[in-house]
Amino acid sequence: MIVEMLLFVVLLICCFLCLYRIARGPTVPDRVVAIDILGIVVVGFTALIAVETGKDFYMNIAIAWALISFLGTIALAKHLEGKSFDE
Amino acid sequence: MNNIIGYIIIGIGVLFNLFGCIGLLRMPDVYCRLQAATKCVTLGICFVLIGVVVIVGFNPLGVKALICMVFILVTSPTGAHALARGAHKSGVKLWKKSVCDKYKDKESK
Amino acid sequence: MKRFTLFFISYIIWILLVLPLDLQTLILGFFVALIVALLFGKEFVENYKRLWHIDRLFWFLVYIPVFTYYLILANLDVMYRVLHPDLPINPGIVKVKTKLKSRSGRSVLCNSITLTPGTLSVDIEGEYIYIHWLNVKSDDVDLASKGIVEKFEKYLMKVFG
Repeated sequence: MIVEMLLFVVLLICCFLCLYRIARGPTVPDRVVAIDILGIVVVGFTALIAVETGKDFYMNIAIAWALISFLGTIALAKHLEGKSFDE
Repeated sequence: MNNIIGYIIIGIGVLFNLFGCIGLLRMPDVYCRLQAATKCVTLGICFVLIGVVVIVGFNPLGVKALICMVFILVTSPTGAHALARGAHKSGVKLWKKSVCDKYKDKESK
Repeated sequence: MKRFTLFFISYIIWILLVLPLDLQTLILGFFVALIVALLFGKEFVENYKRLWHIDRLFWFLVYIPVFTYYLILANLDVMYRVLHPDLPINPGIVKVKTKLKSRSGRSVLCNSITLTPGTLSVDIEGEYIYIHWLNVKSDDVDLASKGIVEKFEKYLMKVFG
């Protein structure tokens, strides 16, 4: 029980470090990098909740989250490059 | 027994995540941050998902965790590559103590 | 044949995703995989026949432990640099050359480079890859290629060559 709480707290610290970088980041790419990392950390959260409860639809959420966060990163990167999405 | 081994593996993964996020804070420019964060967080999440598989065994949840791991291993470096290219094209300079920039030489030609 | 390969792969992924199997999901998955194969069959990899070669799959399985070893090495390296109080980095963008011809081979090589010690692929142009290196040892094309690319290239040549 205590071990699981500890794992959640460490992951929460990771999320707050990412949020700090999003708030402070001097340039736009810094913020986009932090958003990408935040998306991957949330997948870890969901996997831990899936183990806790033993329900497998949390893993479906993790897969969908990973793929959608990837799409968002690619779209933002294309925008930074100055192109439209279909190039 | 499986529970203990699984939680140790998950703990290692979470620690790697923490180091990746500290790297996100300490590194001086976008490219170094991208390096530290992408590598550590990808391996950290892989360890977490392997720990999940060790705990629950090969039931539907475990197989989905393995598929999720493959997706993350494929998509995360691709996203990092696209971000690095976009950052360079949008005109973010390298750190002032950087050694060389062959990519800029090519673009100015 | 190209569409059949894509159909086969997407059907297997569907089965793994819905694992407590029953007849309904199997039939639904059949139609979903069929639609995917008909819509996107043209944009599948060009050398699709290589997916059926057993020896290439075997060399890919050999490649996985090598890659895992370098991945863990990379993380220990980055961890050392992040936790060191002086931040011992020496970054820069170098140019390396690859011998791989096929497009999928090059993209696998770029992904591997991104996940291994201190390197991050920025752009690819013809047979040259631009790489951001955390600890530049030499900015010469040949020497940098020897250090970064060669350890993966000899396995990937057997898979995609």
